[in-house]
Amino acid sequence: MRGAKSAKWVVGAIVVALAATACGGGNDSGESASKEKGKPAGYVSVDVGEPQKPLIPADTNETLGSYVIQSLFTQLLDFDSQGKIVYTNAESVKTTDNKTWTVKLKPGWKFHDGTPVTAESYVKAWNWYANIKNNQQNSFWFEDIAGYADVHPDKGDPKADAMSGLKVVDDTTFTIGLSAPVPYYEYKLGYATFAPLPEVFYKDTKAFGQAPVGNGPYIFEKWDHKKLIQVKANPDYLGPNKAKNKGVLFKNYATVEAAYQDLLSGNLDMIRQVGPKDLPKYKQDLGDRAIDQPYAAIQSIVPAFYSKTFKGIDPKVIQGLSMAIDRDTITKTVLNGTRKPATSFTPPGVAGNQDLGTDVFKFNPAEAKKLVTEGGGVPDNKMWIQYNADGGHKEWVTAVCESIRNSTGVECIPDAKPDFQTDLEARDNDQVKAAYRGGWVADYPLNVNFMRELYGTTAEANNGRFSDKEVDAAFKKGDNAKSLDESIKAYQEAEKLVLTKMPAIPLWEYKTNGGYSKAVDNVTVDFHGDYNITEVTVAK
Amino acid sequence: MGRYVARRLLQMIPVFIGSTLLVFSMMYALPGDPVRALAGEQTVDPAQIAAMKKDLGLDLPLWHQYWNYMVGLFQGDFGTQIASGRPVADIISEAFPITVRLTLFAFTFTVLVGISIGVFAGMKADTLRDRGLLILTLLLISVPSFVLGFLGQYFFAFQLGWVNPNVSGEANWNELFLPAVVLGSLSLAYVARLTRTSIAENLRSDYMRTAVAKGLPRRRIIGVHLMRNSMIPVVTFLGTDLGALMGGAVVTEGIFNVKGVGYNIFDALRHREGATVVGIVTLIVVVYLVSSLLVDLLYAVLDPRIRYA
Repeated sequence: MRGAKSAKWVVGAIVVALAATACGGGNDSGESASKEKGKPAGYVSVDVGEPQKPLIPADTNETLGSYVIQSLFTQLLDFDSQGKIVYTNAESVKTTDNKTWTVKLKPGWKFHDGTPVTAESYVKAWNWYANIKNNQQNSFWFEDIAGYADVHPDKGDPKADAMSGLKVVDDTTFTIGLSAPVPYYEYKLGYATFAPLPEVFYKDTKAFGQAPVGNGPYIFEKWDHKKLIQVKANPDYLGPNKAKNKGVLFKNYATVEAAYQDLLSGNLDMIRQVGPKDLPKYKQDLGDRAIDQPYAAIQSIVPAFYSKTFKGIDPKVIQGLSMAIDRDTITKTVLNGTRKPATSFTPPGVAGNQDLGTDVFKFNPAEAKKLVTEGGGVPDNKMWIQYNADGGHKEWVTAVCESIRNSTGVECIPDAKPDFQTDLEARDNDQVKAAYRGGWVADYPLNVNFMRELYGTTAEANNGRFSDKEVDAAFKKGDNAKSLDESIKAYQEAEKLVLTKMPAIPLWEYKTNGGYSKAVDNVTVDFHGDYNITEVTVAK
Repeated sequence: MGRYVARRLLQMIPVFIGSTLLVFSMMYALPGDPVRALAGEQTVDPAQIAAMKKDLGLDLPLWHQYWNYMVGLFQGDFGTQIASGRPVADIISEAFPITVRLTLFAFTFTVLVGISIGVFAGMKADTLRDRGLLILTLLLISVPSFVLGFLGQYFFAFQLGWVNPNVSGEANWNELFLPAVVLGSLSLAYVARLTRTSIAENLRSDYMRTAVAKGLPRRRIIGVHLMRNSMIPVVTFLGTDLGALMGGAVVTEGIFNVKGVGYNIFDALRHREGATVVGIVTLIVVVYLVSSLLVDLLYAVLDPRIRYA
């Protein structure tokens, strides 16, 4: 009976194996009972995946987390579709010298736990965000405020707990003192990072990040990690963007294709972006429920001005390369109409966007060749465009290269990096061979954001290491302007100068290619390309 | 036998340490900085990134990081994720039950259907029915799983409306049916072919003739004598397949929106979440080790000539 005896051992080993694989589990049976299958009545659902980080306003800078943060928190102001300021929690934000800003809050606002939103809620939160010890992703957003260096030194421990520039005047008033005048500072305040925090946050910041208490149009309900986040409408909300639905389910999908299948089968109300597989037919599938709208983000080819190819190059050559790219055909064919050809360095929808009246962005192979030759050509007649292979860029980079090669005879080679991390590392370490693919989404809808942050000599995101005294001076002029309007104008002048220097080749603006189901109405898109979730209504 | 099992279990310890070290160094060697990448293409603040890395212990040399990881592991701490700050143990405990369910489902499907087809075909080798089944398995082997997945979704979810196209967060048994069938179909083809060949071969062997000559009933000849001896190559395949099913379902999990191990490991790799990748891979290594031990033990059950001291 050797067989039987062996079998006993096999059974024993199976038990061990099952115990080993199941030791992490155990919660599968109990969980399913507590969760209802569908969504509660009056709620709407959207495919917003797992936020990367805990839900703390200053620790979130990616789209998914921002969606949830913006539903839970309301900062001082927001923007309309033209990029104009709309006050939300603030009654007014005033300044006389662009250096000291006085903020008056609307009275009567409350956090979701019932505690009042006061000037102190803002000042204390901002000081906490800015402190380097608290490791907040967006801490540098507070760098304009006087005393920032004390709480966020380049090296070593902070010298102070609070920034000297922030002063509480009374319950609903506080002042922001900047270290230097910034005429458009009000625009920066619209970024989600400038949200207030309730007292309960400081008791347990970690727990707060998993179940935040905000002051926004929605109240946090639950977060089933990697599955969904559920929020309900805040009935006592006083802002202009009060929710028109009863709540939101932010559902996580493994792929955009899976989300699209759920949209078609009625298990999802809104999809943010249709995947490449379904793009050719989504308008047919959804009819007038398809969304196809550009937003304030731009994709460019950025020359690395330290590289052998572009070091000390004549801007004429870059202008020539720009004219060598057939933007219209590539956006229509390769990109399936998901991008809109760029006509300037700023996308429409940001304040200060202008018609540059130039043909640098128009496809003209003859002129392109002429300009490249006049400018002395590209060294070795060869260039590379670096991109990350995990982002769906391969097709259009290849097409752009083909277009450049055919028009100008410059040998253009796509330079793939396996993924985004590797791509970023090469950019940060100045290891880009010739040029790289760059994308930029507006932090705030103002032309300044598309120039100062990208092409200023000291700007952190200036990975092409473009440096030009005249351009820096033109930006400086805009920064020192007396008012917001003058500042926008100065930056418009600067944009014209930038056009002659060509720190980048703008290609196209991003578009939101999404859609919604028959169950919802009034789906609109904001300047970030995000849905205005509060406006969405449930169809009758 | 007992001593043999104990020895095999002890052997797992160096394999375990070696594989964690290997995966850990591979994650370390990958270019790209997970903390830096959190900022994406927007403005970055080098001082803040340095501070975050220091707090996470990511500024230490490789051996020190690995030491910290192993010390944590022996205290039952799988580490924390860089971005979300959640314990890796939580991630694993969410993902594994779903994948175990999917795997068991697919595995059962593979075993039952695969062996049946194999026996059915192998008993009458080189007949029309055998050829037909061979063509079917050839089809399953040559069609990539994502094609099968999308086809299944199209027919069963959209045309016939029998199932939902996607698996919901709860991942119920009935929702997992379609993904499990798609996942199991490749192995099913292999199992069917292995069984068929093995059965067809053993039908001609001496012990079969003896059994028939002894006048044993046909049921016993096929069920005990033939099956038991023919199962050895199949069991070998199934043992390694169990591990492959658990770790390698990335594509299928993606199509059907299953938030299992494959999805999580892919996600963690993309974000360079070293601790998460090492944790999940280590567990899959353990599954592999245990299932190969089981296979070895099953040999002794199936074939009386094999004995372990």
